[in-house]
Amino acid sequence: MPFSLEFEKRVEDVPRWFPFVTTLGAIVIAFVVSGIILKLIGGQPLVVGKYFFTATFGSWAVFSDTLVKATPLILVRLACAIAFKMKLWNIGAEGQFYAGAFAASLVVLIPILPPDAPKWLTLGLMAIFGMIGGAIYGFIPGYLKAKLEINEIITTLMLNYVAILWNNFWIFNTWSDAGFQMTPTFPKSAWMPRLTDYARAYKNFMETGNPAITGFLKSIGLDRISGMTLHLGVVFGLVMVVVVWWLLERSRWGYEVKLIGDNPNAAKYAGLNITRNIILVLVVSGALAGLAGMSEITGVVHRLQERISPGYGFTGIIIAWLAKLNPFAIVPVAILFGALILAGRELQPSGLAMMLQGFILFMIISSDVLLRYKIRLVHRRNVGENA
Amino acid sequence: MNLVTILHAGMATGTILLFATIGEIFAERSGILNLGVEGMMLLGAMAGFSTSLATGNVWLGVLAAIIAGGVLSLAHGLVTIHFQADQVVSGLSLTFLGTGLALVFGEGLTGQNPPLIPHWTIPLLGQIPVIGPSFFADFNILVYVGYLLIPATWYYIYKTRPGMHLRAVGEKPEAADTVGINVYRLRYLYVFVGGCLAGLAGATISLGVSPGWYSAQTTSGQGWIAIGLVIFAQWDPVRAAIGSYLFGALRRGILDLQGPKTLLGFVNPLYINSNWGFFLKMTPYLLTIFALILGARAARKKRLSAPAALGVPYIRGERGL
Repeated sequence: MPFSLEFEKRVEDVPRWFPFVTTLGAIVIAFVVSGIILKLIGGQPLVVGKYFFTATFGSWAVFSDTLVKATPLILVRLACAIAFKMKLWNIGAEGQFYAGAFAASLVVLIPILPPDAPKWLTLGLMAIFGMIGGAIYGFIPGYLKAKLEINEIITTLMLNYVAILWNNFWIFNTWSDAGFQMTPTFPKSAWMPRLTDYARAYKNFMETGNPAITGFLKSIGLDRISGMTLHLGVVFGLVMVVVVWWLLERSRWGYEVKLIGDNPNAAKYAGLNITRNIILVLVVSGALAGLAGMSEITGVVHRLQERISPGYGFTGIIIAWLAKLNPFAIVPVAILFGALILAGRELQPSGLAMMLQGFILFMIISSDVLLRYKIRLVHRRNVGENA
Repeated sequence: MNLVTILHAGMATGTILLFATIGEIFAERSGILNLGVEGMMLLGAMAGFSTSLATGNVWLGVLAAIIAGGVLSLAHGLVTIHFQADQVVSGLSLTFLGTGLALVFGEGLTGQNPPLIPHWTIPLLGQIPVIGPSFFADFNILVYVGYLLIPATWYYIYKTRPGMHLRAVGEKPEAADTVGINVYRLRYLYVFVGGCLAGLAGATISLGVSPGWYSAQTTSGQGWIAIGLVIFAQWDPVRAAIGSYLFGALRRGILDLQGPKTLLGFVNPLYINSNWGFFLKMTPYLLTIFALILGARAARKKRLSAPAALGVPYIRGERGL
């Protein structure tokens, strides 16, 4: 080849706008490549693309569905981010999600609370149970890692399958709804409040409220909220964003975790208890993923069933990693992946959304190199083996 | 249900894990962790199945599976070797990408009947009572390829010069570089070899052991088990083979346990309520963890460990570690 790529390490920091451009460029390229592949197999990329955007961002109603899918992603991403701070890979958020969903449903399935218990009490207890379930499930790999130095990637991964099978046993065997692969619907006290539940009040407000506000809401197309499925879980997610930010950036414990992650030896000499902190980090991480599971069953499906997660655990890891690179990317990327998950159920062929996710990820990972290196196409004189 | 049936089925199922595990051993020995095995396997299974269907030649199908797995792995190679991206994230992305591509291109393959890998009985060896029908009779030919691959890999890694280079690149790339070994090129090569073997594992499923295309269910997590087995095997091909066949037999044994009315003279609880099977299905995953616990003990005793540079990008001209 007469030309070769030359990598030159960046000395100065890249400008602040640069990561936006590379991330956006990566996403655009991923869409284009996926479109080409779709065309190759005889599909109509433009039609599918248009459908994708109208079905996920086309109106407030579908956008609310997209946010519903982004909600567990936000929680799971926090779970993974905490583990990241200590250079631990929690690939088991998926399993902790299921464990949390299982533990939370115990409240209404055993039942611990009667169906007519107040909503705040039922949901509160379910949230606590969900977090405990996830935490216990995070404790196992944490203990094995801390005490026996067993690779947490593999243990968390294997435990994912165990959790799904465990749930299946109870769904099929014990709480099956008339032989179907799901439990009976939860009592209303265990349903997260949704926007649509307030449709009547909203309608009243639109008719009688301050015309300045109602006029504005109408002008952006929000003239009614009936049918919107966005649920309280998103608030759980946002609250946890703040809590985790405080834990990691402002608390003493967060500082310890970061120190252990960056320099375990220094942490050891400083007298920090690494064993305990490894376990604790995975317990907290599991609790957050468990809360995501609780939020999903109480906010969306209202029962325990198979396949409550279309791979939130795995997607969350990747969003957490992207967020580490570029904190500004979190929200849009979480929403984009929420949209992909939402549209993924209807897009044909069925693997399209997953393929698109794969391309987006690869392109973003690759674009990261642009932040660290200047790449130039140089005419090859005598570059030798400098690959 | 008898021993011969379980052993026979176990060797066949184990061959899938064997290819994938040995492939991953190659990649990890060179210092590149590739968590995308599941994606490469699924893509291989799809490519093999559809090519065999389209051409009517099963060997072209197997070749396509190998190439598909290999080419996909190069994406991981590029991102982790040249761009020095995180290997865990890239590997997970590879799983997404491979699974997505396989599902997109595999649309409509379900229910088709392409030519499958022919079965063969080794003359003489196949006639030995019990051992013959368990290990040497009526297997698809790839099972025997697997038998040959084990000693070949062992010899290659431990006894040949290229094998020594492979180990050097994974243990201390900067030292390997100073004696003139091209670290980048070797890492690409072994990531590619790993991808090829994962693709072959996929074809072993879709064209051999459990023929058919069942979208993502085709591989059903076996790629992840292979990654666990690599650690259990301590990056050794012979231990990998033992682990693979053991797990293969276990996976099959679980299925076979659900059939009979009585087991060892007792009423079979699975026959009455098949839901208890969910707990049995957990055993391969729990055993992987258990194997890691045992492996960790043994490793500490013998001071074995992962290749020292596993997961660490090599940047020429910069101080390693």
